[in-house]
Amino acid sequence: MNRINELFQSKNKNILSVYFTAGYPEAETTVEIIKELEANGADMIEIGIPFSDPLADGPVIQQSSQQALAQGMSLKKLLSELTSIRQNVKIPLLLMGYFNVILHFGVENFCKALEKIGIDGVIIPDLPLEVYENSYAKLFQKHGIIPVFLITPGTDETRIRKTETLSKGFIYMVSSASTTGTKSGFDHSSIDYFKRIAGMSLKVPVLTGFGISNKSTFEQASQYSSGAIVGSAFIKALDKPGSLSERIQGFMRQLRN
Amino acid sequence: MDYQVNNNGYYGKFGGAFVPEMLYPNVKHLEANYLKIMQSASFKNEFTELLKHYVGRPSPLYFSNRLSERYQLNVYLKREDLNHTGSHKINNTIGQILMARHLGKKRIIAETGAGQHGVATATVCAREGLECIVFMGATDVARQQPNVEKMEMLGATVIPVQSGNKTLKDATNEAIRDWINHPDETHYIIGSVVGPHPYPDMVARFQSVISAEMKTQLREQTGSPLPDTIIACVGGGSNAAGAFYHYLNEPKVRLIAVEADGKGLETGQTAATIAAGSVGIIHGSMTLLMQTNDGQIIEPYSLSAGLDYPGIGPLHAHLYDAKRVEFLRATDNEALEAAFELTRFEGIIPALESAHALAALKKGTFKPNETVVINLSGRGDKDMEAYRNFMKSQKDKNLLLHKPISNPNAEVYTRGFSFPNNSQPLDLSPMGGLFVP
Ligand SMILES: Cc1ncc(COP(=O)(O)O)c(C=O)c1O
Repeated sequence: MNRINELFQSKNKNILSVYFTAGYPEAETTVEIIKELEANGADMIEIGIPFSDPLADGPVIQQSSQQALAQGMSLKKLLSELTSIRQNVKIPLLLMGYFNVILHFGVENFCKALEKIGIDGVIIPDLPLEVYENSYAKLFQKHGIIPVFLITPGTDETRIRKTETLSKGFIYMVSSASTTGTKSGFDHSSIDYFKRIAGMSLKVPVLTGFGISNKSTFEQASQYSSGAIVGSAFIKALDKPGSLSERIQGFMRQLRN
Repeated sequence: MDYQVNNNGYYGKFGGAFVPEMLYPNVKHLEANYLKIMQSASFKNEFTELLKHYVGRPSPLYFSNRLSERYQLNVYLKREDLNHTGSHKINNTIGQILMARHLGKKRIIAETGAGQHGVATATVCAREGLECIVFMGATDVARQQPNVEKMEMLGATVIPVQSGNKTLKDATNEAIRDWINHPDETHYIIGSVVGPHPYPDMVARFQSVISAEMKTQLREQTGSPLPDTIIACVGGGSNAAGAFYHYLNEPKVRLIAVEADGKGLETGQTAATIAAGSVGIIHGSMTLLMQTNDGQIIEPYSLSAGLDYPGIGPLHAHLYDAKRVEFLRATDNEALEAAFELTRFEGIIPALESAHALAALKKGTFKPNETVVINLSGRGDKDMEAYRNFMKSQKDKNLLLHKPISNPNAEVYTRGFSFPNNSQPLDLSPMGGLFVP
């Protein structure tokens, strides 16, 4: 069974998934960050493939992507660094990146490489549901890669149901109409939307993302879904003083305790 | 051969709408409504009236005696430079501001490179009384200052974009991000035939007025609506799409698109997407674009801010793939030379973008005396700094460096257009002196 499904079977509350950009803050810190996150209680990790033009991202992830690229990160390099990651790391791992990089690498090559390494899923924000369904669903299934799709406050019910059908792991509920790291906290309309989605009793679990930066927003998000995804706030924490391990420990502690 | 977009939003292999879910409702809503709105009688009437009385259309089709003689061709210029705000961009912004009104949107955003599209958007927003925010790369803000001032006078907020190379690509990214953050109240007026479906098709339709007028004007002036060749410059490709639109299914008409080659393909300092690009996704569209082996989008280079874009509209990728349109490249210098040639021969200062199309006259091969229409997409006011620098750098040289192809009078022209500190007397008027009736 895919590790993502195992996770949601064993746990359905307060799941914490952490996003960071591969190759940031330093060229060779990617594997170390993954190990530290697991050691400090992350349930799942989303490893960002840096892209020159990240349309859905705010300044923090833009800047980390630019720096990672300048430091030589590439999809090829990332995959080679991850080759033996499964000797140590047991939690589900996903890659998150824009479609152009994957398309250029070759979607089939990408799926094969992920299967070989033991990457469990992918989030490709600019790959539309329809294109996935018509062109890539079979390929992803063949290699056991779980695609994760986004829903937003503007996604209508029919489309949410379609997303539910195509989702094999979890649904990524974007908390408000925004790019990443732009808003912090939730307003009334976000909470109403969380309730509306919770009321739909979807057959796949939901994680909340965007706007989660601390313990209170994490707990609030977890109230209406299986847990939450933290990205920009974690990347900011990586810039703080101290050893990498101290920074990650500090961040995870304030989030969970 | 069908060159129209299909029901799924593709031109052959190119196009589509590769947008994050946050933009899906907006893009879908536009897609579901744009044709219905554009084809309604009230929209059509208002669009046509505004093009006529506000923009000043039809734009003239002008026979250039001097270029015709020099190149042994019949050269016509489609004078989009004479439009209100100085380029073809206003054809699209007039259409899109009416579209925004029909969609009930109150806040307008746009990206701009040269500033022409930004000015054209700020203009229609002023007229419509709508809030206008224009994203412009910080590099372009510096090199197109007069247009920044115009936008501000028109009441628009110009936001200098600091990400990436700080040019058109980055301005477009930032506009898209703004749209993600303000989806309900905002309409994004894209400035070219780029972006997710239905933008390329919608913008091409608004710009198609160029070729519709060309047909009528050519019939009046030459007896046939069909020229032998049409030439246009391509950044994203909107003026070319407009100039080609009604001729796509006329296989006898040769269509030539000219890309900006910056310092030359071999230097890597280029914006010639067809020559240097490969298939990929940029700004929500599957098309040809300049990218690294890792699929990272490359920062293009062209002296011309309006052509400094690493992608090309999906329609053009398809027209290239289907071998319907020939693509040429012109370097910065070739464009500058062509700009001076037009200026000194016809008294028309073209936009640096349009000068790339003019440069095709010396780069392409033509049959003697064929009829060539060049789409003069804009005027050169905004490019005076580049032109001044070129004049300075050419101080001791003849400004008309290139040789015409087969003009026996070449020597006369060359001498006639030499620079003041040359020994030859200066004669800049088209007819060799004041014309007194
Ligand atoms: C005068 C002029 N021509 C051409 C262009 C290039 O755009 P497109 O290829 O969409 O016509 C621009 C863009 O700013 C422009 O200002």
